Amino acid sequence: MTSSSDAATALFKSAVKGERRSLGKLLTAIERGGDQAEIIAGLAHQVSGNTHVVGITGAPGSGKSTLTGRLLKLFSEAGDKLAVLAVDPSSPLTGGAILGDRIRMDDLAGEESFIRSMATRGHSGGLALAVPAAIQLFDAVGYEPVIIETVGVGQVEVDVAGAADTTVVVVTPGMGDAVQANKAGLLEVADIFVVNKSDRPGASDARRDLELMLDLGHVSGLEQMTGYRPPIIMANSLEGTGADEVLDAIKSHAEYLRNSGKIHIRQKDRLVMEIQNRIELLIGSTASHILESDLGANSITKVLDRKISPAEAAKSIVGSIIASE
Amino acid sequence: MGDHQQRVILAKLGLDGHDRGIKVVARILRDAGMEVIYLGLRQTTASIVAAAEEEDADAIGLSMHNAGHLTLGPKMAEAITAAGLDIPLIIGGIVPDEDVEELMNTGIAAVLGPGASAEEVVATVQDAISARDKA
Repeated sequence: MTSSSDAATALFKSAVKGERRSLGKLLTAIERGGDQAEIIAGLAHQVSGNTHVVGITGAPGSGKSTLTGRLLKLFSEAGDKLAVLAVDPSSPLTGGAILGDRIRMDDLAGEESFIRSMATRGHSGGLALAVPAAIQLFDAVGYEPVIIETVGVGQVEVDVAGAADTTVVVVTPGMGDAVQANKAGLLEVADIFVVNKSDRPGASDARRDLELMLDLGHVSGLEQMTGYRPPIIMANSLEGTGADEVLDAIKSHAEYLRNSGKIHIRQKDRLVMEIQNRIELLIGSTASHILESDLGANSITKVLDRKISPAEAAKSIVGSIIASE
Repeated sequence: MGDHQQRVILAKLGLDGHDRGIKVVARILRDAGMEVIYLGLRQTTASIVAAAEEEDADAIGLSMHNAGHLTLGPKMAEAITAAGLDIPLIIGGIVPDEDVEELMNTGIAAVLGPGASAEEVVATVQDAISARDKA
């Protein structure tokens, strides 16, 4: 335990000095989870809280990586030393993954920038812990901003992107009509909308549907509640058009968060969410252990015999966890 | 390190556009449960080394179909060593039998030819990683 703690501290110190390979190894440890990951996240947390976190999300194939590549180039040219965390799905069958986001970014990356690919991996909630820890690590080592690129398919992925300071939602023409745009979900977490592939037919329809959705937010009072109306930017990431507007929008949103003091709320929300995720995982794993024990077997039998309901069984198991603490 | 998730970088160096083989290998390794960091075409030794550092890769696979393996293969191996990285390099693609020994003498861990089965591809990558871990 002590030696693993020493090893983590040594790697962390070396990463802070700018040793990229150490940062790569720390990220591997964070992804693996467990004690080592907690030590590293703890070290990073002490000195983090400075960087601006940008989440980029949207449907598969909407052009998130290509847009991220463009932003990488623009930020690098402006002298920013940024980190990108690109999340791709793992195969639920084999646990393997093809992480292909770098092919759209490598040419455009400055030497100072750092790109890491991360697979969602199977274990429940793993991503929910690994992503915030990776953000804190990049933050602690001095990367600014940190871009998280994730497929907006699952709730965890939406949470992860939505927990950013600035969330960019990428949509493409033909994603559905105005009713789709009004459904709750991904679109609600957006601080900036990008209509990508804007050369395609239907791009102006997509823009109109989003405008309409935001107008309805004005009518319903949502806009007044948040005090902010997300801009909609037309982009063609393959050609690079619109990327500079996205960059400006990210910077103005960051300024808006700072001036309104909302940045503190976002940062707090992110940490509260992380604590909550960790609580759920801790209780979840303890509950799994209990389920496998005699007590659990007893409860399961009672449920099977229709003597108690699944809800009552769950309550009694949680009750026994609280009693044992 | 039984629970360690293996991460493999796959790339093609320089001017070599034949990427059917590397895509097949990517899929084979994915289906064997590995995480493949796919860099694709027109990489340089420097971009591959940078990716290997950032991604903390366990192995690097280079696909070569332009007869440049005797020049570029050892160059890649040199770049990996020069960066202070201890990551096995595996070359796949069109490599004549008589060139294999020379490649193996210049720091390349293994060579996979066109006839290699999915099992051979996976076993070769796993063996190269475990040989490195033991060393």
